Amino acid sequence: MRFLDQRPEENALLEQTLANFKRSVHAWSEAEYSRPHEAARVYRHTNWRLAAGLALGCVLAAGSVAGGVYERHYRQELAKIAAAARAAKQQKLAAFKSASQTGDEDLLAKVDSDVSREVPSAMEPLAQLMAEGDAK
Amino acid sequence: MTRGKAKEFVGHAVEAAAEDFSSVVEAHRPQIFRFLLASTRDVDLAETLTQECFLKAYRNWERFRGESSAMTWLMRIAINLEKDHWRNRRIQFWRHTRTNSVDMDEASEWLPSGERSVEQQMLAREQVGRVWKAVTGLSERQRTVFLLRYVEDLELSEIAQATGLNEGTVKAHLSRALGKVRGELRGKR
Repeated sequence: MRFLDQRPEENALLEQTLANFKRSVHAWSEAEYSRPHEAARVYRHTNWRLAAGLALGCVLAAGSVAGGVYERHYRQELAKIAAAARAAKQQKLAAFKSASQTGDEDLLAKVDSDVSREVPSAMEPLAQLMAEGDAK
Repeated sequence: MTRGKAKEFVGHAVEAAAEDFSSVVEAHRPQIFRFLLASTRDVDLAETLTQECFLKAYRNWERFRGESSAMTWLMRIAINLEKDHWRNRRIQFWRHTRTNSVDMDEASEWLPSGERSVEQQMLAREQVGRVWKAVTGLSERQRTVFLLRYVEDLELSEIAQATGLNEGTVKAHLSRALGKVRGELRGKR
């Protein structure tokens, strides 16, 4: 392909540079092509690393999930125990309350009856006089 | 034809095709590798893509009808593989973020000494470095066309076949690429 430029000096330089570029690429490619290859070892290394990374990632993920599940379960158990303790306490309190209430009521009734027995009725002396007058 | 004879015939045909293919590999492998190396500046990637190219070619060898030369056909496969590689890399950007591309200066170190003086060699090395710089700044298509023309010495029609572009487009890409190389050489002089 001809270089469509007016300056012949520049064209000569471009042509020479492109020729050098071509020789350079050819030399590099030949050197790399005939070089002994160690690609398999590199790939195995990469695969090993990849596998180890994956395994570690899986272990970490499984660990964090298991930890989360265990923590949740533990908290649920604690909440259950606390709820049971609370319920028992409430029950006890209610029983105590009801027991003390009935005790008070009995005592009041007893006092009432005792007092009523000891103190005469307000109209009792008049009733007695009336009974004596009738007898006369 | 008996079944045994038919089997034998098919076996011979397969053997012949394999033999044909192995001669094609032998003849064109260095050139495909060279093109991919210049395109990517990554030795490992160029080797991998070359292997993939010949594997793909082997699988499709029966479909190759000789409408273009084997070289052009293989080059087309290589170009497509390279395109796919960069596309996948763009999508899977979280994988292999590290690039193995050789530095431009390192790439321009490769220059046969010939009979030139040390000064001439240094000058040539500098010029080659500038071309690498310009090539790195080219678009994917411009770079492909430029390398096929000035490194692989393909004709415009062959480049058109290998890239799937028409000759006019190839010329336009080539002209732009050359303009950039010229600008790089002119700018640093």
